Amino acid sequence: MAKNPGQNNNQEEGPPDLDELLNDLGKKIGRIFGKKEAPQKGSKPNTGNGSSQPSNDHFPISSILLIFFLIWAATGFYIVDQGSRGVVLRFGKNTEVTMPGPRWHIPFPVESVEVVNLEQIRTIEVGYRSAGDGAARSKELKESLMLTDDENIIDLQFAVQYNLKSVEDYLFNNRSAESSVRGAAESAIREIVGKSKMDFALYEGREEIAVKAKKLMQEILDRYNTGINVTSVTMQNAQPPEQVQASFDDAVKAKQDLERQKNEGQAYANDIIPKAKGTASRLTAEAQGYRLRVENEAKGNASRFEQILTQYDRAPEVMRDRLYIEAQEQILSNVSKVFVDQKNSNSLLYLPLDKLIQQVTPNARDVTSPLVNVTPQVDMNQGQTASQNLERSRDAFKSRDRESR
Amino acid sequence: MRKLTFLLVSLLVSIVILAMSTFTVDQREYAIVFRLGEIISIKKEPGLYFKTPLVDNVQFYDNRILTLNWQEPDRFITSEKKNVLVDSFIKWKIVDPAKYYVSVKGDEVQAERRISQTVNDGLRAEFGKRTIHDVVSGERGEIMQILTERADRDLRSMGIQILDVRLRRVDLPKEVSESVYQRMEAERKSVANELRSQGFAASEKIRADAEKQRDVIIAEAYKEAQKMKGEGDAKASEIYANAYAKNPEFYAFYRSIEAYKKSFKDKADVMVLDPNSDFLKYMRSSKKKKE
Repeated sequence: MAKNPGQNNNQEEGPPDLDELLNDLGKKIGRIFGKKEAPQKGSKPNTGNGSSQPSNDHFPISSILLIFFLIWAATGFYIVDQGSRGVVLRFGKNTEVTMPGPRWHIPFPVESVEVVNLEQIRTIEVGYRSAGDGAARSKELKESLMLTDDENIIDLQFAVQYNLKSVEDYLFNNRSAESSVRGAAESAIREIVGKSKMDFALYEGREEIAVKAKKLMQEILDRYNTGINVTSVTMQNAQPPEQVQASFDDAVKAKQDLERQKNEGQAYANDIIPKAKGTASRLTAEAQGYRLRVENEAKGNASRFEQILTQYDRAPEVMRDRLYIEAQEQILSNVSKVFVDQKNSNSLLYLPLDKLIQQVTPNARDVTSPLVNVTPQVDMNQGQTASQNLERSRDAFKSRDRESR
Repeated sequence: MRKLTFLLVSLLVSIVILAMSTFTVDQREYAIVFRLGEIISIKKEPGLYFKTPLVDNVQFYDNRILTLNWQEPDRFITSEKKNVLVDSFIKWKIVDPAKYYVSVKGDEVQAERRISQTVNDGLRAEFGKRTIHDVVSGERGEIMQILTERADRDLRSMGIQILDVRLRRVDLPKEVSESVYQRMEAERKSVANELRSQGFAASEKIRADAEKQRDVIIAEAYKEAQKMKGEGDAKASEIYANAYAKNPEFYAFYRSIEAYKKSFKDKADVMVLDPNSDFLKYMRSSKKKKE
């Protein structure tokens, strides 16, 4: 502020004299001396006026001074970008914070300004460094490996984003506020992870850890009044260390194996149970069929018997004889017969029954029963169909079985 | 031109003198004014100050919070005699420039050396009392607080305030890390085995259950079927009994005849007959049989 009276004097005297001499002397001398004298302008007017110049020299000096003054004053202009703040220091003391737009401060020795970007989001990476375009990233094992509560080691990579909430705090309270962010980030995340179990940190708790770490980081940074505002902590990667990666993967695979085995079991069940149901309905259906058949057979047989019985009741004797003789006829016409008069022949009778049966079966027609000693009359007319009959008789046995039940 | 030169020279001289007799103290600094080596005043407020040129000189010290970072992690031994590598940072600040100047001659490097010695001692003592687990998780915050308080108390006499001592990394040395990895691997392996066995057990259970269901279904169907067959047989017997009861004697006769017809109808059946049998009585004579 000490300069203001000086400025006024200059401006009053200066303007009318500018014209001619500016071009000749003023410019040349001004350029030669400009650099050296510009900063010292503040004290010049006093000495200049004191030794008041003759008319010749008066013009150039005052105009030179004026030019120097204007140049000096012009150095006080500065522009504060959108999102930034200008901090003005007068003799080193913070006097004001200016908002975005073109601004002016009293130039060099008195005031200075520092423009700080307040809103820009800055990022630091912990545990890795992405190289330029982001695609490739290299690990920083020293930073990323940390101990968990259960004394396991995990590999954690995360990014911290922050901006500033107070320019004054940011500038005046810490020598290197930005480097505090990294320290706080590492310290905070390790403290949080150190209190968590490995599985929690690696899987379900990742988000929670990021949230807690953000809170703790902000607390730490606020403790130092850094003026930094942590906007987000994002987990980039949380894995077991490389050395044990394979066995972790295997455990994950085992979990899937478990599911697979369950599914296979289920598939087996889905295969056999419907089949069993099929078998069951088959059994039931068969039984139903059997019941119906047996019942109907019984009904049929019964009704046949009852009808014969009505006839029998009319003439029992005749019926009996007829039935008997018919039966004998039918039987004896089919069967091989051997007549033996037991009473008249006392000689021991030898009947090779097994051979007889054998002969009948293979080629019954050619056999003339040479083995039969005693007047045997083996009727072999129907030997041809013997084997068929044999089968039929077997069937008959079976059905008789059923009937007898 | 001479006058001009004179003017310029006198101007320059006055500027130099002015510059030599003033100094500014920045918002971020303390200034100590020495007169021939003796401290005559300490400026803690920012602004423009005057001094006697040539006789006085001024030194500036940072009044912001400074960070001391460990160069290399240090080894400490815990109560169970295990080594850990510890890395920390310390936030400190000059609060009394005069004491600070006297004790370390204003040399920051020297100050940091003193601070790290003090903190290191503290760390050693505190780690010696605790297990790794306590250091890593349980009492981490407590350790940091104790160290901060202790270092602050010790260093106040140097004009230094310790705002915070924070453990950054607490790691195991490389050899120990290896064995930790081995243990982790073994743990995972056991988890994997357990999962696989569980999978096998679950699968077996499902299979066995399915087989049981199958057997039950079939057995029940069998039971049903047998019952039905039995019902059929019973019904049939009842029908037979009802019909045959009307004349049991004739039934026996009739049924026997039927049976004979069915049993003897093959050439393979050999009948040995006595010519005296009833059936053949007319083969012998045409006489009426005797009663």
